[in-house]
Amino acid sequence: MVQYLARRLLSLIPLLIGITLITFFVIHLAPGRPTDVLTDLNPKISLQARDRLAKIYGLDQPLPAQYLQWLSRMGKLDFGRSFVDDRSVWDKIAERIPVTLMINLLAMALVFVVAVPLGVFGAVRQGSFWDHWITLFVFVGFATPTFWLALLLMQWLGIQLGWLPLSGIVSLDFERMNFWEKVIDVSRHLTLPVFISAFGGLAGISRYMKTSMSEILRQDFIRTARAKGLSERQVLYKHALRNALLPIVTILGLSVPGLLGGSVIFESIFAIPGLGRLFYDGVMARDYPVVMGILTIGAVLTLLGNLLADLGYAWVDPRIRVGEKG
Amino acid sequence: MGIIPLSYLVLVIWAAGCSSQAPSSAVHSADVPAPGDAFVTGSIGDARTLIPILASDSASGEVCGLLFNGLVRYNPRLELEGELAESWEISEDQLTITFHLRKDVRWHDGVPLTARDVEFTYQQLMNPQVKTPYSGDFERVEFFSVIDDFTVQVKYKEPFVPGLASWGMGILPRHLLEGKDLNAAEFSRNPVGTGPYRFLRWKTGELLELQANADYFEGRPYIQRYLYRIIPDQATMFLELQGLGIDSMGLSPLQFHRQTETDSFRKQYQKFQYPSFGYTYLGFNLKDPLFSDVRVRKAITAAIDRREIINGVLLGLGRELTGPFLPDSWAYDSAVPPVLYDPVLAKQRLEEAGWSDHDQDGWLDKEGRKFEFTVITNQGNDQRRMAAEIIQKRLAQIGVSMKIQVIEWSSFISEFIDKRRFEAVLLGWSLSRDPDLYDIWHSSKTKEGEFNFLDYANTEVDELLLQGRRNFNQEERRRIYHRIHHLIAHDAPAVFLYAPDSLPVVHRRFRGVEATPIGIGYHFIHWYVPQNEQRYTR
Repeated sequence: MVQYLARRLLSLIPLLIGITLITFFVIHLAPGRPTDVLTDLNPKISLQARDRLAKIYGLDQPLPAQYLQWLSRMGKLDFGRSFVDDRSVWDKIAERIPVTLMINLLAMALVFVVAVPLGVFGAVRQGSFWDHWITLFVFVGFATPTFWLALLLMQWLGIQLGWLPLSGIVSLDFERMNFWEKVIDVSRHLTLPVFISAFGGLAGISRYMKTSMSEILRQDFIRTARAKGLSERQVLYKHALRNALLPIVTILGLSVPGLLGGSVIFESIFAIPGLGRLFYDGVMARDYPVVMGILTIGAVLTLLGNLLADLGYAWVDPRIRVGEKG
Repeated sequence: MGIIPLSYLVLVIWAAGCSSQAPSSAVHSADVPAPGDAFVTGSIGDARTLIPILASDSASGEVCGLLFNGLVRYNPRLELEGELAESWEISEDQLTITFHLRKDVRWHDGVPLTARDVEFTYQQLMNPQVKTPYSGDFERVEFFSVIDDFTVQVKYKEPFVPGLASWGMGILPRHLLEGKDLNAAEFSRNPVGTGPYRFLRWKTGELLELQANADYFEGRPYIQRYLYRIIPDQATMFLELQGLGIDSMGLSPLQFHRQTETDSFRKQYQKFQYPSFGYTYLGFNLKDPLFSDVRVRKAITAAIDRREIINGVLLGLGRELTGPFLPDSWAYDSAVPPVLYDPVLAKQRLEEAGWSDHDQDGWLDKEGRKFEFTVITNQGNDQRRMAAEIIQKRLAQIGVSMKIQVIEWSSFISEFIDKRRFEAVLLGWSLSRDPDLYDIWHSSKTKEGEFNFLDYANTEVDELLLQGRRNFNQEERRRIYHRIHHLIAHDAPAVFLYAPDSLPVVHRRFRGVEATPIGIGYHFIHWYVPQNEQRYTR
């Protein structure tokens, strides 16, 4: 097992280098240069000044040389400095992780808490009146444009009723609140963003749940359980649900890298300083170090997620540990 | 710093929703200047750096303007006046400017400002390692010298009028920055300036907070705090304005005309309108054979109804212009006659140039070539796209086919503008207060990355542009620029479409807000909120 783990870990290194190599060249393929955005079309900014900026950033060197420099810095876990404001890329990413993670975790929790019962209900009462309504509801949620729904809800709950704050994650006087006031303040600010980002995800999970549950319900062991004279409650929750949840847990595992991916759209609408906006702004400004930094972290997380999943399988299923027996 | 009871905060937040809760603006008895309250404004983008010589985006510039001072600044009459400089003299030969600094200026940390700080700032601007985009104007300085603690002298290689205005650049504190790498300096996240506001905190992507500088040399500002909220979405920002989450923002013409014309809005907010420092134009690639004939360019000018564009795109909130200067500038020659919308004349002119509909397909042609071109514009500016669509329709009426291509900004500049891969371009210029347009219209400024990308060349204009930046005599300069205006209008290298207005709103509790030709911000330190109307109290 240790040998297997070591081999898998080692094989990640060339994979990671390959990913960064491809991303590096692809983002540099996009036309435009960081200096265009930095200097805008301001006649007071001379051509010489632009060239000077390009030189300081090392943009006058050939691409392979730039990549090697980036890679050697990465070897020392140095993500470099942003072209836009010269801050350390790692700092820029790190300060945005908590809020992104919090919203995504809450939204994901909300999706599961709502979608699993919906799916179970749909499987148990397949074809019923409510099943049709739930199907309609989750698909409307899936199809609704986020920004449109967000603006409507902001107008309604934020302006007309005045129940919730419109945007941002904290109020202006947050610093002077005590602990519980802070908790309430953040919760009020996060209500709409979490709801909006969860709403669209309901359809997928509830469908998975429904399919998985109705398949399980057709299995022999369910018939056996019923034949034993167990109550319908016990059949559903003790025998069927447990088995039906397995594929859902797999989906949960696969969405781990997504926890750090933010959505530009709702982050912009709710003025949330999350990773999605950092990435988008980075791309628009051709801020290569920031873009590379975020993509690299994403790649590492995905690879680690896959590795963990594989390890989990290997743990349960000896057939996967092929290497050990030669 | 006092602690605010929760009940108050909840009230503030919840009151945000109740439109019925009008502020007590009717009470004028207490309308006396009082210190306190906070001014909350919204911005689409976050500041990038708070070091003025590195700041090239408008958000950074705006905040730096409150934290730092230059030697000179523009007053509401668009004349230069002293800020950190008490006075200045220009030598007989117009080569040397001597600035006398105010002696009562202190940095926010209490250290007095001296000529050494000005020298340090100049050195940083000239340092090739510093990422400043503003070195251009300062490279013309031949010699910079410190005469005494409060006097500096700048000698130029040749007389350079815009040089004076360039000293409006924010001055940096030498005692905090000397020997440090300015690009990576912590200072940019925790600046110390001389301006009316001190830096308090900056939460990236969220909020910037400044605090009134009680020792400001022009007097303490009344408004105690200045909050700069980053709200990347225009629609959200407008909702925040309606919810009283921000006190001020710049409106779009649509919001100004259609969405804010309600009694409740007017009760809360005061709207302002003044010309912005920019204009939009349709520029021709003069190297393109299609547009090398001035008759063609003039025909297209006559075929476009500028008034229609202003009414359609800006809902009337803008002005027509006839040349490369802004209508309010002293450089603008109002004697230059506007080109009237006249499609018949346009068609005639095109016919003189050899373009007519020989093959009867509805489009003009000449020697077998159909009159067809593509105009490019940048993504993210709906006004430009709409203007292009209106022009497209008008040109189709005289048999000219125009296509529109909208391109993302960075590719737009580096792949199309810099490389001259365009036939026509719909773009705008933001101009400085000084009318020197050497960089835009002089025939030497046509290299890749320079700004005369239309390839305009007129020897008389070249000569006048040089004279204009060498002559400190205002009356002579006016004549020079009027002549330039006349010549460029005559050559029609571009159709000057419109100069949009700035449309800011400010909450009514702020008094002393005044629209001037340079905006509403000039008197900011004199704004105040009467005691009983203050919203953010500590």
